[in-house]
Amino acid sequence: MKKILTTPIKDEDLEALNIGDVVYLTGTLVTCRDVAHRRLIELGRELPVDLKGGAIFHAGPIVRQKDDGEYEMVSIGPTTSMRMEKFEKAFIKQTGVKLIVGKGGMGPETQEGCVENKAVHAIFPGGCAVLAATKVEKIEAAEWKDLGMPETLWVNRVREFGPLIISIDTKGKNLIEENKAVFNAKKKPILERINAQIRFIK
Amino acid sequence: MDKEAAVQDLTQVMSKFTSYIGKRLPTDVTAKLGELRSQEVNFLAKEVYESMRQNQEAADTLDRPSCQDTGVIQYFLNAGANFPLLGELEDILLNATLGATKEGPLRHNAVETFVEKNTGTNTGSKIPWLDWEIVPNDDSVTIDVYMAGGGCTLPGAATVLMPGQGYEGVAEFVFDVITSRGVNACPPLLVGVGVSTSAETAARLSKKAILRPVTSRHSNDNAALMEQLMTDGLNELGLGPQGLTGNASVMGVNIESSARHPSTIGVAVSTGCWAHRRGKIKINADMSYEVISHQGFKL
Repeated sequence: MKKILTTPIKDEDLEALNIGDVVYLTGTLVTCRDVAHRRLIELGRELPVDLKGGAIFHAGPIVRQKDDGEYEMVSIGPTTSMRMEKFEKAFIKQTGVKLIVGKGGMGPETQEGCVENKAVHAIFPGGCAVLAATKVEKIEAAEWKDLGMPETLWVNRVREFGPLIISIDTKGKNLIEENKAVFNAKKKPILERINAQIRFIK
Repeated sequence: MDKEAAVQDLTQVMSKFTSYIGKRLPTDVTAKLGELRSQEVNFLAKEVYESMRQNQEAADTLDRPSCQDTGVIQYFLNAGANFPLLGELEDILLNATLGATKEGPLRHNAVETFVEKNTGTNTGSKIPWLDWEIVPNDDSVTIDVYMAGGGCTLPGAATVLMPGQGYEGVAEFVFDVITSRGVNACPPLLVGVGVSTSAETAARLSKKAILRPVTSRHSNDNAALMEQLMTDGLNELGLGPQGLTGNASVMGVNIESSARHPSTIGVAVSTGCWAHRRGKIKINADMSYEVISHQGFKL
């Protein structure tokens, strides 16, 4: 059975989740990436959206404005979450956001933020942007439009948005960092074997 | 056809082709992804491959860009010296980018540097980026269109090794880039490696390497061996789709090379994500064209 999270998300919704679990989201999902993080954390500007118990998506979508002025979500996939590592711990603390969706892993600061404030980071499969767009029922608002299409905070009503693969859980476990350690451990013997066969300079 | 009509005609073809390649993957990439999907056994990896498959199907049906990051538009031209619109091609491709941005629609991905404003048109200083090679005694032009997305561009790296480090140093450099930064670039990746004389020559060749078909091989036996060894070796790392672990890390490794200074080995890596959006089109002197990258292409 699908495990579905619904906004507003409570601490107890997340406590039993472990890295590698697959969940889906129903409710509100707000796009939020580089400049929005910078404005809140470094420039001290107030976010125009209340994220308490909410979910953000590291994403810069393609949005089309229809003739009646309504926005249509065309294509929305995740962007590299690691770019937000610098800001995310403070961002979680200040906003009370519970679910951060993006691509690839995040680092130790975000891990700390997830443990201290009971939040999780999840991976939506990168590049699957039309699949994601079909899970957006409506764009309810657009804030900070001066940032241009990719960086605007698009407030989306979503239904069973996923798959979302938990990559940092509330216990501070980090799926991608664990995987990277495995990749790095494997690297040396593989390279030794390859290098023995490519000594072309003799 | 008079010149003005020919310019209009070609602008429209290139505009439609640029938009098209954002929606449907090239035939070689689709085939390779199908192969990797069918061989996968890891639970999360299978889940992701299935999402990828559904996504490409939805993009095709709904006629939308399959990934929201439609990249910075780059055109790599192999232009015959006698192609009738040689001098007009730069303007044609600029207008094709403007057209594709509206038609696609493409995401606005050109931020003017130092001004730090998104131009909103996918055009800006030297963007779309053009890379030229002139072919003597030829009157056609072959154009590779590439959507350089942010995620797959980020791992890009170049360095200059000392000959003592040898080709072993090249392999180490490639593996370091892929294990440290490739994970975030939407694997399984197509890895392009430039082996050359300096940083910028290697970098250019590394990008040209990912324009080659996924399963193609370098014409030199040693280079082809290295492509195969690195493909197998990177797959043994088992990055899996999105770095979630799995059977494969890469769709392939392609090397492009040039001669080098005796004292240097320039090496560079460019990566293409699984959604490797590139297209190859040949345009003849009479403006008839042939799409090489996508079987069954229809405008």
